Amino acid sequence: MDKAKLTEHFLELIRRASTTLPPDVERAMERAVEAEGEGTSGAATLSLMLENARAASSNSTPICQDTGSLLFFIEYGPDFKAAEVEDAAREAARKATANYWLRPNAVDPVTGKNSGDNTGIEAPHIEFKHRDEPGLRVRLLLKGGGSENVGVQYKLPDGSIGAGRDLEGVRRCVIDAVYKAQGKGCAPGAIGVCIGGDRCTSFCWSKKQFLRDLDDTNSDQQLAELEKGLMDELNQLGVGPMGLGGKTTVLGVKIAKLHRAPACFFVSVSYVCWAYRKAAMTVSGEEVSYDY
Amino acid sequence: MTTKITLPVSEEEIRALKAGDEVSITGVMITGRDAAHKYLVDTDGPEVREILKDSMIYHCGPVVKQDDDGTWEFVAAGPTTSIRDEPYEADVIEKYQVRGVIGKGGMGQRTQAACDKFGCVYLTAIGGLATILARSVVEVPDVHKLDEFGAPEAMWVIKVEDFPAIVTMDSHGRSIHDEIEEQSRANYEKLLGK
Repeated sequence: MDKAKLTEHFLELIRRASTTLPPDVERAMERAVEAEGEGTSGAATLSLMLENARAASSNSTPICQDTGSLLFFIEYGPDFKAAEVEDAAREAARKATANYWLRPNAVDPVTGKNSGDNTGIEAPHIEFKHRDEPGLRVRLLLKGGGSENVGVQYKLPDGSIGAGRDLEGVRRCVIDAVYKAQGKGCAPGAIGVCIGGDRCTSFCWSKKQFLRDLDDTNSDQQLAELEKGLMDELNQLGVGPMGLGGKTTVLGVKIAKLHRAPACFFVSVSYVCWAYRKAAMTVSGEEVSYDY
Repeated sequence: MTTKITLPVSEEEIRALKAGDEVSITGVMITGRDAAHKYLVDTDGPEVREILKDSMIYHCGPVVKQDDDGTWEFVAAGPTTSIRDEPYEADVIEKYQVRGVIGKGGMGQRTQAACDKFGCVYLTAIGGLATILARSVVEVPDVHKLDEFGAPEAMWVIKVEDFPAIVTMDSHGRSIHDEIEEQSRANYEKLLGK
């Protein structure tokens, strides 16, 4: 596929991610409206969020003005070259910014200068994985900054919350992180957790959980039970939509595990706001299809 | 019931607002976030001093479009997290006689004390409501520090019409954020068996 065409596909992927609430998230929000109950302020807030998402989709404008950091997860076959795919992704980020689907969100931390087009050092972030099968599979997260700020990495044991090196310890970390986040990550959010790994891989895999479907079930039975139990418990916190009280504090909890070094036991908790933006596309030959 | 607020607004009208009140705001205000707050404290903010008096500051880093004739248009304009401006906000309220601070997530003790002392409220706009809130920005008459701070951080002068928000910290010491945090702390301690 020529580069101009591939860039157009990346651009469309970014547009969809910024302006469309994924169907699993929309379903979870609709369930939350019912859980809050008619006439409650929680239900009113959630309904406005859904109305906003629908308006964004029909206007093709961003759901949220913080269009986040771009995180691409790309699998590519022998018919693609990583460098060319990367060029297309970066060019698409520039064009999406010019089209107002993205806010210029790449700031040099030393000079304070905004690059103006969402490109910079590690911006966008692109993770490549080669595969034998031809074609391209691209998944994109637009990860908002407000929710990123409430993420936490714990080092177990942690005496301050009575968390030891076991699943009960993990449970305590997640409850602690979500309680401390209150409404600051734009509740109700989804929670991505990684148990184990090193500081770097642990945080990364906690965020990769956001690529999962909110309605899926973890193939690891122990983690599946922990996900379900935590979802119930976190919704007992009473933080509610935007932290103004209510029954819905989280839309889902997704947990991964990674082998760890004997000395280390990290629990990383990432938070994604209700404006949970993700999109995916598959390129095969000259054909492209978007998941939604 | 929604209370209509027209800017500039009097201290008396602001003092009449109670935490939990829904309001609809019409008038001219400015946006300002991290860089703007530091600037407003470090300088006398001559560009925006007059507008800020008896008006409001909106914690927002918008997506803004410039039309061919040079006019600006807000495309997406929800609130950003307010607590980052906690070190500055009390001083901004006092120095510029600001009557309302709009954002999300609530603010701390110093801001609450400034609201009580000088007659100001903190209002929550629903986070992520970017498309709906941008529609209530009907005109963008001016912008300051655009080159220096970048579009998300610049001080945009905006005219809003029926901008929806909820008073979550009033000028009588009441904060819904503190109340919810306290309630959720009890639930948190129960879950952790503390």
